Amino acid sequence: MKTLILAALAALGLAPGPAAADDWEATRAAARGQTVYFHAWGGDERTNAFLDWVGERAEAAHGVTLRHVKLGDTAEAVSRVLAEKAAGRDSGGSVDLIWINGPNFQAMKEQGLLMGPFSEDLPNARWLDLSPGSANVADFTVPVEGMESPWRLAKFVFTYDTARIAAPPAGMAGWPDWAAAHPGRITHPDPANFMGATFLKQALAELAPEGTDLSVPPTEESYAAATAPLWAWYDALRPNLWRGGEAFPANQFAQRQLMNDGEIDLGMSFDPASAAAAIRDGLLPETVRVHVPEAGSIGNVSFVAIPYNAAHAEGAKVVANLLLDPQVQAHMQDIDVLGSFSVLDPAKLDPGARAAFAALPADPALPELADLGPVLPEPAPQWMTRLTADWQQRYAQ
Amino acid sequence: MTLQLDALSVLAPDGTALFAPLSLTVQPGEVASVTGPSGIGKSTLLAAVGGHLEPGFRLCGAVRLGGRDLGGLPAERRGIGMMFQEAVLFPHLSVADNLAFGLAPRHRGRRARRGAVAAALEQAGLAGFGPRDPATLSGGQRARAALMRTLLAEPRAVLLDEPFSGLDPERRDAIRRFAFDTIRAAGIPALLVTHDAEDVRAACGPVLALSRATDPTGGP
Amino acid sequence: MTSAHVLRAVSGAAILAGLGLPVLLGLGHGLAAAFGHFPAIGAHGPGLQPWRDLMAMPGIGRAAALALWTGLAATGLSLVLALGLVAWVQGRDRLRALRLLLAPLLAAPHAAIAIGLAFVLAPSGWIARALAPLAGWDRPPDIATTGDPLGLALILGLVAKELPFLVLVLAGALTQIPVRAHMAAGRSLGYGRAAVWLWLLLPQLWPLIRLPVLVVLAFSVSVVDMALILGPSAPPTLPVMIARLNADPDLQVLLPASAGGVLQLGLLLCAFAALWALARAAGATGRALLRRGARLQGADRALALPVLASAGTALAAVLALAGLLAWSVAFSWRWPDLFPAELTLRHWQATGRWGDTALASGLIALAATGLALVAAVAWLESADRLGRPAADRWLTALIHVPLLLPQLSFLTGLSGLMIRAPLPPLAAVIWGHWLFVFPYLMIALKGPWTALDPRLGRSAAALGAGPWRRLWRVKLPVLLAPLATAAAVGFAVSIAQYLPTLFLGGGRVETLTTEAVALASGSDRRVAAVHAVLQALLPWGVFLAALAVPAVLHRNRRGLGGAA
Repeated sequence: MKTLILAALAALGLAPGPAAADDWEATRAAARGQTVYFHAWGGDERTNAFLDWVGERAEAAHGVTLRHVKLGDTAEAVSRVLAEKAAGRDSGGSVDLIWINGPNFQAMKEQGLLMGPFSEDLPNARWLDLSPGSANVADFTVPVEGMESPWRLAKFVFTYDTARIAAPPAGMAGWPDWAAAHPGRITHPDPANFMGATFLKQALAELAPEGTDLSVPPTEESYAAATAPLWAWYDALRPNLWRGGEAFPANQFAQRQLMNDGEIDLGMSFDPASAAAAIRDGLLPETVRVHVPEAGSIGNVSFVAIPYNAAHAEGAKVVANLLLDPQVQAHMQDIDVLGSFSVLDPAKLDPGARAAFAALPADPALPELADLGPVLPEPAPQWMTRLTADWQQRYAQ
Repeated sequence: MTLQLDALSVLAPDGTALFAPLSLTVQPGEVASVTGPSGIGKSTLLAAVGGHLEPGFRLCGAVRLGGRDLGGLPAERRGIGMMFQEAVLFPHLSVADNLAFGLAPRHRGRRARRGAVAAALEQAGLAGFGPRDPATLSGGQRARAALMRTLLAEPRAVLLDEPFSGLDPERRDAIRRFAFDTIRAAGIPALLVTHDAEDVRAACGPVLALSRATDPTGGP
Repeated sequence: MTSAHVLRAVSGAAILAGLGLPVLLGLGHGLAAAFGHFPAIGAHGPGLQPWRDLMAMPGIGRAAALALWTGLAATGLSLVLALGLVAWVQGRDRLRALRLLLAPLLAAPHAAIAIGLAFVLAPSGWIARALAPLAGWDRPPDIATTGDPLGLALILGLVAKELPFLVLVLAGALTQIPVRAHMAAGRSLGYGRAAVWLWLLLPQLWPLIRLPVLVVLAFSVSVVDMALILGPSAPPTLPVMIARLNADPDLQVLLPASAGGVLQLGLLLCAFAALWALARAAGATGRALLRRGARLQGADRALALPVLASAGTALAAVLALAGLLAWSVAFSWRWPDLFPAELTLRHWQATGRWGDTALASGLIALAATGLALVAAVAWLESADRLGRPAADRWLTALIHVPLLLPQLSFLTGLSGLMIRAPLPPLAAVIWGHWLFVFPYLMIALKGPWTALDPRLGRSAAALGAGPWRRLWRVKLPVLLAPLATAAAVGFAVSIAQYLPTLFLGGGRVETLTTEAVALASGSDRRVAAVHAVLQALLPWGVFLAALAVPAVLHRNRRGLGGAA
């Protein structure tokens, strides 16, 4: 049933009728002159610079002023909207657009804090693969249903310094031995952080017993059965981690800083281009390369969503649409700009757009799309919540 | 204009009178002297007349200037000039600006006001001292500048709080003479507080000795 | 006289409403929420669930103990070092030189010092890089030198900031007691310098410095920005834990967060009690030793210890600031290089990255300082006109309230209240800064204002100048230097504020401090360094201006030279 609706919506998005076009013109007209408060995590300089550039285009092409409200944690924006709802502020809200994913999206969707569906009506949604099973229609297994619009592809990768350490093993099972060979040189971000949690999920995806279905929320039994090998593996790994596994970098960027400082030799990222970008920016040694486990790695798509009470929803839609513009996406994928892989479907692009992507510069630290292996789907969000809490319980004292 | 003190006394915050009630009339151009042991409240008497009493102190009796009761008037509306022991010049203003600060507002126009200040400086033997920092003046020069500043405000009476006691003995006489001559020439009553017999003699006016109040509650 | 009454009523009401009311409301709201009453998020108390939730948090006990330990240790150490330093430096001129030397550290915000110190102390930091060739380290040692489980790095960071403050406080207090006479008397009886300090001067100084020491203690036990950067992470200190709870998407977490704020307050009361008991015990021990007539002549040599430790701390802080400067112009700078391999100005040239933030910081600081200056002058002037003591006891008590309470204990409640009654974010932040700027500015201004020669005002009055003319033409110009200094203090206080911006700005207001702290958590040390350097430069610039403007305007006025 759900897939049917999705398919119907996707069809609508692919072939906007004249009515939809009129609607869009009305949206654009209403958006002109609006200031869109875009609450987006602001911890990465290159992403911030890219969003500034998007802001300039929004201003020039659509008369929309984009204000990037830099968050330390996306949860801050979610709690803001929640607070506004609690206070009965159902319109004129302070958040117009949120960069959102997974559990935050689920929380907002379930509590009716989002406006929509809107994303499949955006004119540029026609470049997207919105077929069932595409990463664009399920966010951490939560059906998108038009409530958020994709803008960049994320895929979990490891980075390591070839000058100082052997390449990580092909499978996660080999990590304890690898770490024992390089004691104190390996670590992962604190699992309270998204990246640290992803590391555990990546290990879980490979180590869970055959037949474990991570796409459905865990029960007590399925959780215990699925995670038993994971914890045994982690107990073997932990003593040889940096600081004896007693302390962890707060996030991937603190970890990258440690790598650049020479304290550790391993990093991780959701952006396959991040190593090449960081090397160009002086933030990592030139000898750093990207590694993906043979079985593939967890991947997802970054989305933007509009809160139900957004004061400038039209402007927010214009920005969401602009983010999907092939020119903007190609600019984003340029390693000299951001290097994030585009969410657009190469098969749907017109020749001009395809040429723009083909002309992007290459880099030794930048993997080809083909090197990245298969995309492992994100487990249902409850897995991450439980994994994180469980890890805290076991190791944080 | 005549300065009259009528059964004047000052009550401390605890209600005790500082000195026995005193009455005195000072004629225009006359310098009356008030003497008394230190600590009896000579300066407080001047503060009471000038309207500068510390909060908590109360005045009994009346102060009249030209027959008008000054009670309740703030200091700046009494028209009574005051000179302190160490001539208090404003440290942030030049000597000329100090005088200009005092100069009565009826002098209008930049040139007229500058002229009046220059004339006063010259009269005080301070010609050319206008742009100077007051901190670079000698004690005698400061005293003369302060006196001129006081007189430029065109007060209707002047109070002098031991203005000569901080000066060198050699200079004291000359400056005293200059001060008294200037006050007499201005034709206003002056009240001098001092414990220097020379001051009293040079003032040539009525002399009053303050004495302790006998009954602290101020009588029946 | 009515104008004086109006002035007093207006300024008094503004201070009371602007300072007392919000603190009280925030505290009350936080207390109610701690016991489960928070109607805006659908919680109707009273109940103990928030406390149960709080106590169930992993590491809560250790987090509380860490906050207490780091706060007490930092305060105690700062006090001992400051006393040792001041006892060692003899004479007023040398004391002034010492204050001047420490002034840049005093004006540098906590976050800037912390970010710089994190680099100096890290296993891959400056100290380790200098030692590496000697120790034969080809890789940084795997030892926690920042974020260490005992919070030693945090303690060092706090001492680096509080030591200059306490030296300043002690220097001020020393002018109020006859140091030279007592020193001469004590030494002629055969007591050593250190002994005179311990037996004679310290007991007289203690009542004069007790309040500032409590302020230091309150700050140290509740600090968030420094603890985020230098403190342990698993678990962090209690204030960091509570600050994180406040940013949780689940609003229900605000209930245990409020309970945490109350716990923080209780913790601080424990710290106060500990300090009080320590001071009593030290006093009693001191008197017992004194009765035995211990001359302690040998103790003079022991003064070298606090002096050396102070010098070490100051050196670490100076290195921290120098490290920030180096990072802000580094392109790549890796272990084991002592200096950046490649320099660049591009982080500075990217003005779009920091320009607006710096401007916002400056404007907020100017606005908060301006408002505080007007309020302080209005209050002091009305007190003069009415002949009241310049600071009534209730006002002195009131302005210390925001400084003695943990910021979290009432900011949590205030931001909770703002869910219902949203203020424009910028106005809320300016007001939040004013809460802390006004007390410090008032403390800095009160002394010089009341010390002003009253005959200046009387002379002006005798010349016919009314109260407003006396204020504008005599008092304010004569007090220009202390006014400028107090304003600079206020400005520096505002620049350093972290939690008020975070809690009252709702993410819409970014200052150099919030940016620097956010950036310090990882993304790019070079950009963080640019922010931290600016964060230190702005108050330095204003302090220099505060010295320069009166000096230039009064360059030909000897009477105003060294007086201020």
